[in-house]
Amino acid sequence: MNLLVLLKMVPDVVEELEIASDGAGLDMDVARMALSESDDHALEQALLLKERMGGTLAVLAVDAAEVDDALFTALAKGADRALKVDAGEVAQLGTRALADLLSQVIADGHNLLPVDLILTGTQAIDDLDGLMAPLVAHQLGLPYIAIVIQVTPDPARRVASVVKEYPGGVRGRFEIDLPAVVGIQSAERPPRYVPVAKVRAAMKTQRIETVQAPTLADGGTVLAEVKSMSKPEETGRAEMIEGTPEAASARLCGILAERGLV
Amino acid sequence: MPGNIWVLAEHWRGKVSEITFEALALGRDVADQLGSKVEAVLLGHGVKDLASQLGAAARVISTDHEALAEVVPEVYAEALAQLARRERPAAVLTPLSNVTLGVGTLLAAKLGASAINFCKNVRVVDGKIEAHAVLYGGKIETKVAAAAEPVVLGIGPGARLADAGRSAEPPAVVDEVTVDLPEAQPIRFKEFIEPEAGEVDVTQQDVLVAVGRGIGSRDNIALAEELAAALGGVVCGSRPVIDQGWLPPSRQIGKSGMQVKPRLYLALGISGAPEHVEGMRGAELIVAVNTDPAAPIFNVAHYGTTADVLEFLPLLTEQAKALRG
Amino acid sequence: MGVSTICPAPAPTAMTLENLFEFPEGRRLLTCLQCGVCVGTCPYGDVMDFPPRRIIAMLRAGMIEKVFQSESLLACVACYACMAKCPRDIRLTEVLLPLMKEQALLRMPELPGELQKALQNTLRYGNPMGESSRKRAAWVKTAGVPIRIFQENPAPADVLWFVECYTSYYPRGQDCSRATARLFHALGVDYAILGNEEKCAGECGRLTWEPGLFETLMDYNMAVFQKYRFGRVVTSCPHAHNAFKNRYTSIGFGYELDHTTPFLGRQLDRLRPLLKRRLDAKVTYHDSCCLGRQNEFYDAPRELLRAIPGVKLVEMTHNRVNSICCGGGGGGMWLDTYFKSRGMERLSERRVKEAAATGADVLAVSCPYEISRFEDALKVLGFEKQLRVRDVTELLAESMEG
Repeated sequence: MNLLVLLKMVPDVVEELEIASDGAGLDMDVARMALSESDDHALEQALLLKERMGGTLAVLAVDAAEVDDALFTALAKGADRALKVDAGEVAQLGTRALADLLSQVIADGHNLLPVDLILTGTQAIDDLDGLMAPLVAHQLGLPYIAIVIQVTPDPARRVASVVKEYPGGVRGRFEIDLPAVVGIQSAERPPRYVPVAKVRAAMKTQRIETVQAPTLADGGTVLAEVKSMSKPEETGRAEMIEGTPEAASARLCGILAERGLV
Repeated sequence: MPGNIWVLAEHWRGKVSEITFEALALGRDVADQLGSKVEAVLLGHGVKDLASQLGAAARVISTDHEALAEVVPEVYAEALAQLARRERPAAVLTPLSNVTLGVGTLLAAKLGASAINFCKNVRVVDGKIEAHAVLYGGKIETKVAAAAEPVVLGIGPGARLADAGRSAEPPAVVDEVTVDLPEAQPIRFKEFIEPEAGEVDVTQQDVLVAVGRGIGSRDNIALAEELAAALGGVVCGSRPVIDQGWLPPSRQIGKSGMQVKPRLYLALGISGAPEHVEGMRGAELIVAVNTDPAAPIFNVAHYGTTADVLEFLPLLTEQAKALRG
Repeated sequence: MGVSTICPAPAPTAMTLENLFEFPEGRRLLTCLQCGVCVGTCPYGDVMDFPPRRIIAMLRAGMIEKVFQSESLLACVACYACMAKCPRDIRLTEVLLPLMKEQALLRMPELPGELQKALQNTLRYGNPMGESSRKRAAWVKTAGVPIRIFQENPAPADVLWFVECYTSYYPRGQDCSRATARLFHALGVDYAILGNEEKCAGECGRLTWEPGLFETLMDYNMAVFQKYRFGRVVTSCPHAHNAFKNRYTSIGFGYELDHTTPFLGRQLDRLRPLLKRRLDAKVTYHDSCCLGRQNEFYDAPRELLRAIPGVKLVEMTHNRVNSICCGGGGGGMWLDTYFKSRGMERLSERRVKEAAATGADVLAVSCPYEISRFEDALKVLGFEKQLRVRDVTELLAESMEG
């Protein structure tokens, strides 16, 4: 199996997010970047597949702050190659532009082809203008499925059996022709822990391959323009509902009904 | 003449999804502002009858095709793209749900159109569609303008009340149209896998009724169960309650239990120790009931009351049931 | 771009299982009498497949892989009980068990989730609960007394107060920090804190099987120390105290070192006149493992408590060197669910039962882990109305008011 995992760095929401002075973007000097959570699951699923079936596993990401940590961690966990696309300012663009870049890099070769499975997270918290997996699938002309919690390839038949989540605990099984792009919701098991010493060792002994960003045909057109950003009002402390229990429960019921929760 | 607002009518296992009605209500608001009409697009196989429930739309565009039996994003997006090229809607609203996710992105890619995800609201400003989207897990709200028509809007739950998008009347017009889809598909649906009986995944629930030691005794859990049933959710608990054996460990919320992000988290008799708060602070709406006004749970809750839990619980259950009808 | 939390520094020469017997500490294993005192004193000795005595025997017989395949080492809460009682002075808790845990971690297919999250959070945010590293000093605004942060005013200070994680982020831990700040202020201590520059000292990283994480944190904190001038480090956390004393010294930590309780204990003569308010409480004191067995600070906290007007001190059955661990050390803080799933009694509950049996109103502690652990245990056992948990500094500050 030749496995490729697409990783994306997203603003870390544990830290306070600040809005840039133009009011239409995040202050990237302040923001910390972290690996998108479902991408981490995609990596775990790929590692499990590699352990089970052999083959090679490459990880690919567009340059961003702290991306080196994420890539070295992937190498320490067992990825064979880590590639970073040096895209300069483009990294500030939306998921659509990132997907265009990654698709172009994959298509250009860089020894990433042939590939059997491309895995990435189902959705990231900043996928404002589209989701990575379907965009890459569209660019490369590959089939796509997401919200996947299990992948079982059958290389001989050039298919994979995948299980996706539906509402209410129901799951659905699909068969998908390989190669394919699969959006992982969660891996079969939680992403593994890699001791820091192993990551430090990977930093000393392995390297990240840097790829110059290809020129895109449409120059990474922005199709959705963020006009303004704001922070939702801080709640701080609960609004207390006073009165008799009867009155309080009636008021609460009203609040729930307003939000369509009753 | 501005284009119409389309709503992809999500349905699953023979039922129209709640989010479809929410999206219809939203779509109608946008169409009213734009001076056009809201239209529902019903894709599927053998589900034409569902159109009768979509009366909130001025017109239903219904397409029946074998390949549309289950949602495969590529196939659904192709069908929608063919229809959109014919009729040129101003916007297409697609749910960002487990059933439909991915369709919107592919549709926008096929049409070279704008896509805006995580929409909580959509307005028309100077004749142009502007989406209010929630980014970064709810930390930032944005106003986004589409640069290319049509704009494909990814809608999350709760944009409008579902009831506002329901109609007792069938739609005035139902047009049955055809699309051209390839015979052989690279993705084939095989089967549904049902959850095992009694298997409850608290992380997958929209509504959680959580009980803490303040619930008093094991017998009172039944009261919480009743409320949960009335709200369409399940009961979970803080560690002391699970340790007492009043609820199974799979229902434990907290640092040492499950981390949950439901739409509603009702905390009953829970003080709000950090161990517990770590597991639930991501909930969209948190309501706390605790007799102690200084309980730390009120620091993370949106609404609170110091009513006695055992007195309050049956009242709320009754009222919730009455509202449900 | 390419900012990194992890730096690729070489690991210091460590004792490994391969070179174990080349080190004096390893050779000492050969003197083990196999008397079994370590097993008898271990709070979880009854549930381990391989308690300490067996581990030593198996090491000497070259059967160590078998130990790694069991879950025995997970149950070690680094309480120092076995080490304190060993007639041959084998430093089990300090040397042998961490070394073993490190090897076990490398072989474990899956870490208990809670523990894994804590380790990842500590690496990324400098605290195990995964709170924003930029909000570490947020509590300072609520202290009611001025607190100097070095980054804002780098003038030399007598004391660097190393606040630590639970005391910075947990609401009850912050209560303890506010009390400490008021005490320092009243005593006129010339001190500063590192604020958001501080990260977890890493002790639990080391004792929780993650030497790489520990070294990363140690290197980081030492570099921050070197930016400022101070003569003494005082910390609220016995675990940080442990890390500084036993490990940071190997890379040049040469400051005077104190935990808050003994630091205040030495200033009791000046503190006593300030303790005016009667508390009228029956108090029992829990000796934390790192302060007690590891450093023999048994008297300072008791003297401080006795100095509070109206405090009657009573002892639990197990006290001083025999104190029962709260179960939070060695990663136990993040293994509660794991222990419970294995049917093991939570040690905090065992301890709280003993405290309640004394008839005390207050369970006094001096380690930030204990507040949350014991308060939780009181709630689970239904003692929360009968017994309150208070840090020694909280009781002192309470007596100082009014």
